[in-house]
Amino acid sequence: MRLLPALLIATVAAGLAGCPKKPTTVAEAPAATPSAPEEGAGRGADEGQVGQARDLAAEGAAVGAAPAGVATVIYFDFDRSDIRPEFTGLINAHAKHLAAASGTRVRLEGHTDERGSREYNIALGERRAQAVRRALMLQGAGDGQLTTVSYGEERPAAEGSDEPAYEKNRRVEIVYGQ
Amino acid sequence: MRRPWWLPLLLFTLAIPRADAQLTVQILRGMAESVPIAVVPLGWDAPGAAPYDVAATVEADLGRSGRFRPLPRGQMLELPHDAAGVDVADWRMLKVDYVVVGQLSPLPDGRFELRYELVQAATGERLLGATLPADRGALKLASHRVSDAIYERILGVRGAFSTRIAYVAVDGPASARGYRLVVADADGANERVAFESPQPILSPAWSPDGRSLAYVSFHSGLPAVYVQTLRTGERTRVSAYSGINGAPGFSPDGSQLALALSRRDGNVDIYVLTLASKELRRLTDDPAIDTEPAWTPDGRSIYFTSDRAGAPQVYRLGLGEGERPRRITFEGSYNARPRVSPDGRELAVVTLDRGAYRIAAVDAERGTLRVLTSGRLDESPSWAPNGADVIYATREGGRGVLAIVAADGRVQQRLAASAGEVREPAWSPFAR
Repeated sequence: MRLLPALLIATVAAGLAGCPKKPTTVAEAPAATPSAPEEGAGRGADEGQVGQARDLAAEGAAVGAAPAGVATVIYFDFDRSDIRPEFTGLINAHAKHLAAASGTRVRLEGHTDERGSREYNIALGERRAQAVRRALMLQGAGDGQLTTVSYGEERPAAEGSDEPAYEKNRRVEIVYGQ
Repeated sequence: MRRPWWLPLLLFTLAIPRADAQLTVQILRGMAESVPIAVVPLGWDAPGAAPYDVAATVEADLGRSGRFRPLPRGQMLELPHDAAGVDVADWRMLKVDYVVVGQLSPLPDGRFELRYELVQAATGERLLGATLPADRGALKLASHRVSDAIYERILGVRGAFSTRIAYVAVDGPASARGYRLVVADADGANERVAFESPQPILSPAWSPDGRSLAYVSFHSGLPAVYVQTLRTGERTRVSAYSGINGAPGFSPDGSQLALALSRRDGNVDIYVLTLASKELRRLTDDPAIDTEPAWTPDGRSIYFTSDRAGAPQVYRLGLGEGERPRRITFEGSYNARPRVSPDGRELAVVTLDRGAYRIAAVDAERGTLRVLTSGRLDESPSWAPNGADVIYATREGGRGVLAIVAADGRVQQRLAASAGEVREPAWSPFAR
């Protein structure tokens, strides 16, 4: 999946390369492309028309994309849902990005490590997602832009029953394009 | 006319397709003072071979329970088929306390009659004598019924060999998981898939009549609680509020479902849903996590997990007007997921014991706690309907397996799937 944005940017850029009339469109495309449908990109590339690239950009903006260069995972301490100070900057960057694009929606997916009971972990994952939701709203994101879901311990990011795996699994993922 | 007892079970076995991964049982530790018993192969008074080895199943049941020590067939000096033929002196010489004998006969209507007797070797007294009619396909179940009766006559506790277990089986790599809700006989045989999904399935709970399962499924993308009738496979979505829909638990009369919901405010609390009217009543309202509700057998209270005191502990809430939650567990920093014993006197919980998550039995009145298991990631305890055993999920070589421990901690068995992981076992009630 990580390759997709880069490919789309390259494809759009290639499609626009022969069209000197609207060079600014190329600069707009990167922010919008990560969630854009593949067929849109293909169409734009085949026909080599600026108009198609603009449609793609508009469609991408409505679905919403993550701010470039900002991580999308927040990690937590064991059995805790308070946001560690090191993640304040990350959350503020997402909040600012969301506040500037009111059509963008994100899903906050809460997760825990495997220890303890499963339903308690579902609740803990929800509480982590809610903590991130509140922090984003405090920094300007709108309530309607944010939804939460908790998977508890059901979807670990790392396999294994040791602390390095557990650290990676106690997390909230900010998922754009929902 | 009464419907034969085996009919619903027979239909049940026909209704649902087979699962692929068979559970196998291994006894890890039995009781030192297990009861020596001889289960003599049953007589068969018709041409050809007997349609089923009833004695083998009875012997396996009793041995697996850890409470009995069956005499190997090769050591039997004689093979009587009725109590009158049992020479107690011979059996005493083999240090056997009890002898089971019997006969299987074809009936004119195509069914079979299973006759069995239990004889005490010390006195020659006949302790049990009964006949069971059974369809060919129900002979295994009839054998489990014989085990139930022998277990009860000797130990004074109803046997649970003819009950079932539900559990969640998971296989495939992290990127392509498959979840299956499985129902099997208590010995792990006869597995049937009730529901499968590429998304998580959680928290199966039996209806008190043993006909339905409530469970959580994410197959729509978001968690919702479903109630599924096992015989027909008919599935009803009963709770799909925004946020968490989890931890279903049937009331003892089956009319209500306790749930953990977070609804719009994101605060997880306990609710009670009346299934017929869809009426939803909020039971707790605390900014902490309240989840994992479990009804007492009298239906008057609910135990649940709450971290309102800073860490997860077990609380009890009376359902009368104006009652407040009362904390039950005080030993240790983590006690969660209470399940009430059939007599209401004990709770099986997940406890943090010296850095490991283990199953403990908590005295419901005094709150005293006895650790029953010795794993590192034990979870999801569920009582056998006779209160003698607790089934739970544990790890073996990094893989999820099921295990059974006696309520007094003295007997342990393990049930492992041939492939993939198994977790979240729920022991069925007795068949009615």
